[in-house]
Amino acid sequence: MKGILGRKVGMTQLFDDSGAVAPVTVIEAGPCYVTQVKAEDSDGYNAIQVGFEEVAERKLTRGQLGHLKKANVPKLRFVRELRLPSEAGHALGDVIKADVFAEGELVDVTGTSKGKGFAGGVKRHGFRGGPKTHGQSDRHRAPGSRGAGTTPGHTFPGTKGAGQMGNKRVTVQNLKVALVDAERNLIAVQGAVPGPNKGLVIIRTAAKA
Amino acid sequence: MTNALMASLQPELPEGMAEIDPGDTVRVHQRITEGRNERIQVFQGVVISMRGGKDPGASYTVRRTGSHGVGVERTFPLYSKNIDKVEVLRKTKVRRAQLYYLRDRQGKSARLKEKRFISV
Repeated sequence: MKGILGRKVGMTQLFDDSGAVAPVTVIEAGPCYVTQVKAEDSDGYNAIQVGFEEVAERKLTRGQLGHLKKANVPKLRFVRELRLPSEAGHALGDVIKADVFAEGELVDVTGTSKGKGFAGGVKRHGFRGGPKTHGQSDRHRAPGSRGAGTTPGHTFPGTKGAGQMGNKRVTVQNLKVALVDAERNLIAVQGAVPGPNKGLVIIRTAAKA
Repeated sequence: MTNALMASLQPELPEGMAEIDPGDTVRVHQRITEGRNERIQVFQGVVISMRGGKDPGASYTVRRTGSHGVGVERTFPLYSKNIDKVEVLRKTKVRRAQLYYLRDRQGKSARLKEKRFISV
């Protein structure tokens, strides 16, 4: 289990040597620093906390500064935890660079999806809406029935409907690493990644590879 | 491309590609792999369209008139690695970016006027 934090740069296309083209997402990943090591004995589970992206000291609170000082790492904007099977092999202040991953490896990428606001059922769940013709009015994007009547007398919890869409944590599994360049802090994965360009993403070894 | 990281991933143009424009007569040398053998296939015709600018997905369309006056068009990715080189045989004066009107023409009316170059 390996992981790194990064910022989504955008999508482009890469040609391989045979001339085939692949859609890839470019991620500016790392360098990350280990800011805390959590062990089964002391914390109840194994994990490392990693920080990413240097930032001016005035942008952080005293609590954050003190925490980072303990690990003797630069001032970092983001701090995230990565659960591990074992904390062994990681020490405070360790640097994680893009080359923790190799080309061809499968990874899961987690990000915060683009927010769509309060969306109707047609956009959010792919409801078909009502008929467009035959005398319909105000029914074109209606969700239809939400359930039976007097019995049971209420809408079942979890029924699909309108509501907040996007702006939520999303993980895309099993994306192939297409390109790694530790010098430029670059990782490119084949396929799309949640969130807007410049959004924070977490890249981890695929859980279900 | 706004980002330096993205710009650094820009693919390289095949030989001769930088000079082509719509209206040019070109010879496209394409590498074709058949099993273990590799050979070059040449397609010669007029560039009637270039789309996508410098985008990695950009392409261009070459039109030639085949036997019995049958038009043949092929669209190649601008940055394809299977293109060995492109030769420009003739540059012509054209007044639009897409020369689709050539599809409806043949013979005399499908001619294009050559560009005169002023040597610097």
